[in-house]
Amino acid sequence: MNKAIITVVGQDTVGIIARVCTYLSEHHTNVLDISQTIIDGFFNMMMIVDYSDADVAFETIVEDLEALGEDIGVRIRCQREEIFTKMHRV
Amino acid sequence: MLNIMEVHETNQMIEQEKLDVRTITMGINLMDCARADVDETCEAIYAKITHYAKDLVSTGESIERDFGIPIVNKRITVTPIALVGASCCKTSGDFVKIAHALDRAAKTVGVDLIGGYSALVSKSMTPAEELLIRSLPAALSETDIVCSSVNVGSTKTGIDMNAVEMLGHIIKEIAEATADIDSYGCVKFVAFCNAPDDNPFMAGGFHGVTEGDAVINVGVSGPGVVSRALDAAEGKDFEFLCETIKRTAFKITRVGQLVAQEASKRLGLPFGIIDLSLAPTPAVGDSVGEVLEKMGLTQVGGPGTTAALAMLNDQVKKGGIMASSYVGGLSGAFIPVSEDKNMIDAAESGCLTIEKLEAMTCVCSVGLDMIAIPGDTPASTISGIIADESAIGMVNQKTTAVRIIPVVGKTVGQMANFGGLMGYAPIMPVNTASCEAFVTRGGRIPAPIHSFKN
Repeated sequence: MNKAIITVVGQDTVGIIARVCTYLSEHHTNVLDISQTIIDGFFNMMMIVDYSDADVAFETIVEDLEALGEDIGVRIRCQREEIFTKMHRV
Repeated sequence: MLNIMEVHETNQMIEQEKLDVRTITMGINLMDCARADVDETCEAIYAKITHYAKDLVSTGESIERDFGIPIVNKRITVTPIALVGASCCKTSGDFVKIAHALDRAAKTVGVDLIGGYSALVSKSMTPAEELLIRSLPAALSETDIVCSSVNVGSTKTGIDMNAVEMLGHIIKEIAEATADIDSYGCVKFVAFCNAPDDNPFMAGGFHGVTEGDAVINVGVSGPGVVSRALDAAEGKDFEFLCETIKRTAFKITRVGQLVAQEASKRLGLPFGIIDLSLAPTPAVGDSVGEVLEKMGLTQVGGPGTTAALAMLNDQVKKGGIMASSYVGGLSGAFIPVSEDKNMIDAAESGCLTIEKLEAMTCVCSVGLDMIAIPGDTPASTISGIIADESAIGMVNQKTTAVRIIPVVGKTVGQMANFGGLMGYAPIMPVNTASCEAFVTRGGRIPAPIHSFKN
């Protein structure tokens, strides 16, 4: 399994999760977990996804989601999971 | 499973606290490039570097994208050129040809800097090493991204004072040769004592003769992250302060370890070491000086600075060592004046002096780094400063270095601009009492008694 973390930060608005999930399903990327909270007044959403079967390169997903974020008016990042697990798990 | 707060913390470090990996540095052995003819040697060097490092920059960029962590520099270190060119270089001009070959190769593969135009003369100089040192003014003024270092001493060998004396003059000549750009050539040169073989940072990085054919070393950064973490430690005792630094250093280093392993895997080369250094940049909030001030100093350079730095350096190592499988290089806090906003301010206000910086180098990783001094400083005074730093390194069995810039045409009260990561620095006053009769005696300072451990 190849896991990545997608984070969305910005103003809450209708359809953010829908649009991200639509993109992911179009590219065969499976959502494993979703959580959201408000940090410092900003909407924060985190998705854990499995991109093992994705039909595009990982960096394409990164770029497409970034562009999608710009379109919605939020910041969307997609990073491989290891940067977080390495930092927070011994 | 990861939670949203942990993910937020990591991204906050990257986006707001300037967490980055300072450099992925590929070390390349050039011993097998030595030929009898200098032009053939240059060709072999160019061919080997451009072959081994052809994917270094693109790999670094792809790791950046995958993990969302900036990797500021991609660099190359090579075997000390005084060794590689020893058989074919009959003049200083021959060595300069090799410097051009390095510059060309580095530009072809797109790296930021290439280090290793170096000589290891801790006991004394071979004719080739002397030629390389004499070639420095031309080599560093005619090339753009070649960095050079000379190791003038070690705990085991003592200090080669002939080389120290010569370097005083050479540094002045490099400054003259690059006078039109605030003597920038001196930014690319560092004199070392106890130089490490696996340093990924510049200007002092070279691929030591103890290393394998090629290796990936990584230098981490992150003073901004430590500084932000210390906000939570305000008014708390030393135990809390130390634990905060240690925990933060652990997290920073784990990112470096991840990047190093990934780069090593993708490039098919062994992972060497992580250099656990807090490397500042001139940007606001990315300053080691700020970290020291957050510990409770009004301004870096005042009483308490050395103790605060000693503690910071130690905690960074304690936190970082467990986060990485191999630690090496310089590993500690850097205190380059021109690259650190709070140090620049302190030097400008007169709170931070060269003498205090010298004391600080006894307890942190490097030495007198990126210090601009008046252009009319005598060569013997520069040699004296190098000798002092080397003595600190030699006696304390640690690496020390001098990267000092006698800025031609400028004096105390003026500012030197080096640009980019190299920053800017006020010209600092230098003690003018002469040491000429001392540094010109000739010969070497013997190794200290505690080096005889056999």
